[in-house]
Amino acid sequence: MTSIAHERFHAVAEEPAYTPAAERNAPAGAAAISLTGLEKSFGANRVLRGINLHIPAGQFVAVIGKSGCGKSTLLRILMGLDAPSAGELHFEDADGAQASPNARIVFQEPRLLPWLSVADNVVVGLGDGIDRRAALKAADAVLAEVQLGEKAGEWPARLSGGQRQRVALARALVSRPGVLALDEPLGALDALTRISMQELINRVWRELGFTAVLVTHDVSEAVHLADRVIVLDEGRIALDLPIPYPHPRRHGHPGLAELEGRLLAAILGTDGGH
Amino acid sequence: MSTFDTPFVRSVASEKVGKAGLRLPLPGLDKLTPYLVPVAIVAFWQLASSAGWISSRIMPSPADVGLAFWSTTVSGQLPNDVLVSAGRAFAGLLVGGSIGFLLGIANGVSRISEQLTDTTLQMLRTIPHLAMIPLVILWFGIGEESKLFLTSLGVLFPVYLNTYHGVRNVDRDLIEMGKVYGMGNWTLFRKVIFPGALPSIFVGLRYALGIMWLTLIVSESIAASSGIGHMANNAREFMMTDVVVLALVIYAVLGKLADVIARVLERRLLAWNPVYQK
Repeated sequence: MTSIAHERFHAVAEEPAYTPAAERNAPAGAAAISLTGLEKSFGANRVLRGINLHIPAGQFVAVIGKSGCGKSTLLRILMGLDAPSAGELHFEDADGAQASPNARIVFQEPRLLPWLSVADNVVVGLGDGIDRRAALKAADAVLAEVQLGEKAGEWPARLSGGQRQRVALARALVSRPGVLALDEPLGALDALTRISMQELINRVWRELGFTAVLVTHDVSEAVHLADRVIVLDEGRIALDLPIPYPHPRRHGHPGLAELEGRLLAAILGTDGGH
Repeated sequence: MSTFDTPFVRSVASEKVGKAGLRLPLPGLDKLTPYLVPVAIVAFWQLASSAGWISSRIMPSPADVGLAFWSTTVSGQLPNDVLVSAGRAFAGLLVGGSIGFLLGIANGVSRISEQLTDTTLQMLRTIPHLAMIPLVILWFGIGEESKLFLTSLGVLFPVYLNTYHGVRNVDRDLIEMGKVYGMGNWTLFRKVIFPGALPSIFVGLRYALGIMWLTLIVSESIAASSGIGHMANNAREFMMTDVVVLALVIYAVLGKLADVIARVLERRLLAWNPVYQK
């Protein structure tokens, strides 16, 4: 059995797992995101109060803020899980025309189907009506990319928390999305696993060139991964800060530390002096 | 780091080997333990009968039951009655179980269906189905229909309740994930809702198996011209206690057999569940 798995692994390894990295400025399939006057209320509670934001195709944006600032709601609206109360959201392709890109999400919990093998869970990311053999081949390739090639036949219950989240990432990436939403995907992981997951996310983003929106409350994670960090406060954009350092970034870089300090001050400073 | 770890790991490993070595002389003892008590009871029972402590008019000895088993098997009566009873049980399970399963799925998935039928089903559920025997005999006489009706009715409710409960309790997060990942309704049902409800459906099935035999025994004793219940009731009229006890033993074996099949199915279909992994 191991030899079959081995052969299969090699057959896959001959072809590149992904289309070679497109140039950063013209990523294939990545879409720009444009929000104008976006509002969302739940009853009398105004969660988002007029968000105006343009995210160019291929950019990595991190959204941070205190609990209840509306950052998760913003992501849910982006993914079509909630409808905005007012305002507009649209996606644009490279020519600036309206598009409905292939958008995928990684949740805080892996949300794997426990009754499907790891490979079949990744196949879920390809959607309905796809030839099973081709689907499994694609799943194997993307699992190898997240260093879980040998776990393809396992039940999710047998994996560690970090491995499960890597499967969830593979499921999101297998269809080569134009937009990837990350909803605090590393929040439940231990510190070391989190760092290696950050490196993985950074690497696949550089290879695939999708537009990424990461919601997190970890300021250092935001600064480490994103081209641009947006601070939300009470449903408004309080700060929109570019992070002008090349990827991949080294942990403990002094420039990053300085920006991290400014962002923390922006989040805590709006606290009203408590 | 690894240099410090190695001796520790090694000592744990050798301890494990030691334990396994101790266990080796008595293989399979764990498997025999559950049978110790039944075997002891039967042995004591035989002893009490042989010594004349128990009158054979009240309770036959195990050996007599064995003889009754042999004679009824040779005459062909027992195999025939067992087949008839098992056929009735299975038919009732199939009809009642299917109706309960379909209603449970429909009410778990569809709000309209739930509002339309759930209250009615919950009301019917509280009627003890065996209380309907007089009415059922009036409707169907003592033919096959009456047994099928009663077993189906008895089986329907546990399957319905547990299927419904299982569907309603599928993790909402997984359903949301399925929708975001573009699953249509049928795929969502096939890949998320049904497998998620399956553990609960199995609870309903195993509960239904118990009710199935109970209903069959009662209805065969009261109104039947064949089957194990009829065999036992007939034997009572001729004071053949050995055949009566044989019927009880056959019911116990059939009931256990049905439960074993359900457990094997459960273990196979729920292999993903850590509860069923070694």
